Amino acid sequence: MEDFYLAYQSLIAFVGINSLLALSVYATLSCGQLSLANAGFMAIGAYTGALLTLHAPQVPFAFVLMASAALPAIVAVPLGLPVLRLRGVFLAIATIGFGEVVRLGFVNWDYTEGAIGLVGIPQRTKPWILWLCVALVVYLLGRLRGSRTGYALEAIREDETAARTMGIETTAYKMAMLCLGAAIAGLAGALEAHFTFIVSPAGYGFGRVVDMLVQAVVGGTALFIGPVVGATFLTILPEILRELGARVGLAPGPFRLFLNGVILLAVILYLPDGIISLPKRLRSSRKRKAA
Amino acid sequence: MGQQILNGLFVGSIYALFAVGYTLVFGVLDILNLAHQAVFMLCAFIALALVESLHLSIWVALPLAILAGGLIGIGLERLAFRPLRGRAGSNISGLISSLAMATVFEAIAAQIFGPDISRFPQGTFPDVQWHPGEATVSLLQICIAGISVLLMAVLTWLLQRTRLGRSIRAVAENPRAARILGIDVDKVISVSFFLSSALAGAAGVLFGLAFNSMSPDVGRSVELKGLAVIILGGMGSVPGAVIAGFAIGLVEVFTVAHVGSSYRDIVSFAVLFIVLVARPRGLFGQIATREA
Repeated sequence: MEDFYLAYQSLIAFVGINSLLALSVYATLSCGQLSLANAGFMAIGAYTGALLTLHAPQVPFAFVLMASAALPAIVAVPLGLPVLRLRGVFLAIATIGFGEVVRLGFVNWDYTEGAIGLVGIPQRTKPWILWLCVALVVYLLGRLRGSRTGYALEAIREDETAARTMGIETTAYKMAMLCLGAAIAGLAGALEAHFTFIVSPAGYGFGRVVDMLVQAVVGGTALFIGPVVGATFLTILPEILRELGARVGLAPGPFRLFLNGVILLAVILYLPDGIISLPKRLRSSRKRKAA
Repeated sequence: MGQQILNGLFVGSIYALFAVGYTLVFGVLDILNLAHQAVFMLCAFIALALVESLHLSIWVALPLAILAGGLIGIGLERLAFRPLRGRAGSNISGLISSLAMATVFEAIAAQIFGPDISRFPQGTFPDVQWHPGEATVSLLQICIAGISVLLMAVLTWLLQRTRLGRSIRAVAENPRAARILGIDVDKVISVSFFLSSALAGAAGVLFGLAFNSMSPDVGRSVELKGLAVIILGGMGSVPGAVIAGFAIGLVEVFTVAHVGSSYRDIVSFAVLFIVLVARPRGLFGQIATREA
């Protein structure tokens, strides 16, 4: 058991980090908004944490993580004010633009070594810290379900105009979820930076936010547990299948990409509510057969 | 100054060509096809393979790659968009399924051509240059701009003057009404995808020739530029995309010359952001009516 854990230590850590990132996308999706700014928020969090640790090593890690979550959430407010008025695809495009501006900003910022980024960040992310963060975020998002806020979010997701006519402050709720998503992404960014020793702008491109979205959608976005399932599944599966791919002569990088694409397509087409809806699906189809 | 305007128009013509197809599909389906950039990339590689392995002239490889692009587009529509049609919230799930297809295409290209940069063999295109005044113009640049403008003109003619164009515009306006009037909506959507992807393919081959460095993720940066172009031009507006393509190309070249090359990409995103916030319908877009 211990050998197993040591061999797969970093894989297990990435399951946690990716779960947080998928949950950060889920936060805005839960009120029907597709925001793709989370790689940018993650970058802000990662750089905040890394700079704090490198320049003020005496600051406790808990404080570093809090700052890394708070700063992206603060940045999300001026972003959200104009952008949250946009609907659907337009919101997605505007937030893609924001994410790229953040990344390019770090590329051009000499203080953080530009495109190279910061290296030699001490490894302060212990497994228990990481999983405590995951548990906290899952608990928080889980508590929303069935609460007054949760119902409000659901109403906004189903029909924003109808929700507004019922007296729900749609803008305030959307803003709150954008900030919450930003905070979770920033937290994940800082945890990753203190695990992999480095932060560099290349890690926070458009591809990164696509990964988060894919994991959230594959797991299922109807329930807070979906993104965790999706992130776990898509982080572990390529490792299991890597050997298989190598045996038929496929390079690991393209094979992982291919698998991600095919799984995402299959889920969107045949299982629109994600993997978490699979048990229910199976049960209902078995019932149909029995009847 | 003259040189910069020339370079801007030349880069802009490729952006415009890419964005015209992008905006066409958005106009017809209201779906952002994020696999557009992958078709762009695949066609550049198809042309490369035809030139390199079959020793075809680029003048044969280009139309073949464009045709391949169109066929890929039809397949893409069948696989990723048609099954979702009529589902609730289909424009977000369509966006995600196109993303899935883009990932698959990139994986295929990376498996076949490797993740590194590929180049056209030397002499694929004759290296001829002129020097009007202080500027330098190459035959390649003129051909790229010429082919782009020609293809965009053909598309405009097709949309404005032919029966097919009228049915595409009718479906873009209102699919249900178009169906009642006897238009085969599925066929029209297929044709739009063919046209859109063929144009993406043309842009891809020309881009590959112009910069002569292709990798499986080459489409990503162009995709984001293309987004800026179609937003500035107005989603769904073909003339808007043409003008915005040239505008973004020019702005980019002037930014590189006067501000610094590392700020090039920030400018297009700044444009994208400002337009979305200040005038979301862009330069030529229609005011969208809310659908309940």
